[in-house]
Amino acid sequence: MPYIPHTDREREAMLEAIGVKTVDELFADVPAQMRFPRLHLPEPLSEIEALNELRELSEANLETLHTTCFLGAGAYNHFIPSAVQHILLRGEFYTAYTPYQPEICQGTLQAIFEYQSLIAQLTGMEVANASHYDGATATAEAVILALNQVRHRKKIVLSPGLHPQYREVVRTYMQGVDVEIGGDEAPANLQELQERSRADSLASRVDEATALVIAPYPTFLGEVEDLAPLAESVHRKGALLAVVANPIALGLLKPPGEMGADVACGEGQPLGIPLSFGGPYLGFFATRQAFVHKMSGRLVGQTQDTEGRRGYVLTLSAREQHIKRARASSNICTNQGLMALAAAVYLSQMGKQGLRRVAELCYHRAHYAAERLSQVAGFSLASRGPFFHEFVLRCPRPVAEINRFLLDEWGILGGYDLGRDFPGLQGHMLVAVTELNTREDIDSLVTALSELPEKGGLK
Amino acid sequence: MQFPSHLKYTKSDEWVGLEGKVATLGITDYAQSQLSDIVYVEVTAGVGASLTAGDPVASIESVKAASEVYLPVSGTIREINGALPSDPEGLNKDPYGAAWLVKFTPADPKALDQLMDAKAYEAFCAGREH
Repeated sequence: MPYIPHTDREREAMLEAIGVKTVDELFADVPAQMRFPRLHLPEPLSEIEALNELRELSEANLETLHTTCFLGAGAYNHFIPSAVQHILLRGEFYTAYTPYQPEICQGTLQAIFEYQSLIAQLTGMEVANASHYDGATATAEAVILALNQVRHRKKIVLSPGLHPQYREVVRTYMQGVDVEIGGDEAPANLQELQERSRADSLASRVDEATALVIAPYPTFLGEVEDLAPLAESVHRKGALLAVVANPIALGLLKPPGEMGADVACGEGQPLGIPLSFGGPYLGFFATRQAFVHKMSGRLVGQTQDTEGRRGYVLTLSAREQHIKRARASSNICTNQGLMALAAAVYLSQMGKQGLRRVAELCYHRAHYAAERLSQVAGFSLASRGPFFHEFVLRCPRPVAEINRFLLDEWGILGGYDLGRDFPGLQGHMLVAVTELNTREDIDSLVTALSELPEKGGLK
Repeated sequence: MQFPSHLKYTKSDEWVGLEGKVATLGITDYAQSQLSDIVYVEVTAGVGASLTAGDPVASIESVKAASEVYLPVSGTIREINGALPSDPEGLNKDPYGAAWLVKFTPADPKALDQLMDAKAYEAFCAGREH
């Protein structure tokens, strides 16, 4: 039933009361040619016809269930336990919103509280908020936290190894703010990118005007480094360190909190959220207790009612408009509730050992793939030092050409073309391997690449 | 409700006391009672900052509200009360004493004469009680 509450008679009465004859007259100020664009809609369909058409459209898509995926670069193809979708679709949960009167939805608040607790444990931080839109916006919020915490400093140092889109979003968020963002100037080649992404190189960019350093963990290229020495030198200069982490990697690696990070944030998609053409995803954000008043978004807390029963409340939203009015420094009035729930269910399904196992499988298979692929004639491993589940493969041909061949001839979705973000990195492919890539998948990729036709033999 | 007679007062519920060239700024007994339990204090102005009348110097949050504290006359911040962030409830207990917020040197000490005296401020507060 369409929600159209007024009858024609009521509409006539309203028009008469305001002194116009037709609804069209209300739009008199809008130029006629702008009013009713021709939509050229097709004739109406029956439900059967509509479903058939939609199915045809959906079958024209390529999805990861029917292909072997080596594409990552910030969004990863992981196994999602069936329980995640089942719980998400329950009527009690199935909304993206935190309710406006949140305390009436104790179940929703409890789920957010569990999510926060799990993220705090995973990152090794003291407090996590109720979530953000995605990894990029969570990273931008780290900048705002730092500018409010370390007052009177205006410099932000970005690692050039931070995800290119995150660096863009940070700049978008900072438009019009008196702040200087640097450190990520375009590198001439891979070696320069790798060197300038290293902790000691980042540390050398920090001075007395720096408010925040943002370091990826692993880097966009998949490389991992102990960030504890960086944290130490950043703190010596009176600045803060935000670590943008891959949450699956944290099943295996030392958590940012243990390395001295002041903020740990990142993309929560790998935690039980499907790739879905780029969203909805999940930004996780955790920090120290001392900075909780500068944290954006909201925080759910556990408490007791007057009869001593356990209950959940919105404990803090210190930066938000409904609290700070004109002086608000955040506009996150809600959170990514449904996706946060997915992450909470995923993490509780996996458990500590399960998550570690997923991370180990990713790590070992990626290293197997790197070793095999680097033996294919013309290809070589360009990653230096330890990497997690993504590595750089130097290719003999343009990456786009290779990927076209892999998809057309082998049904394989190849790795990310790094030349798209870094002009100096043409011919470099970022290959991602997860627990869903079997040994056979990897062997197929190796065979496919070794059968890559000679130059000119490609379409 | 206390209205010490040696202080000057603002309509936004700050008090100022001048000793020699240095003025001390805080929030009034009336302000703390209106805010009720204060849970967070942050002095946002830095030592050495030269501010204009009306610039915010501190941010206070209670279980009921969040509010800003403003510098009533132009001046330069000399000292901030470092004990407050770890003891925000001090503002409820001793707003005219230990829980001062900042010390500053007014650009023109005479500007303080424009502020209310204790009697005027008490009447101003009484006028808001209804």
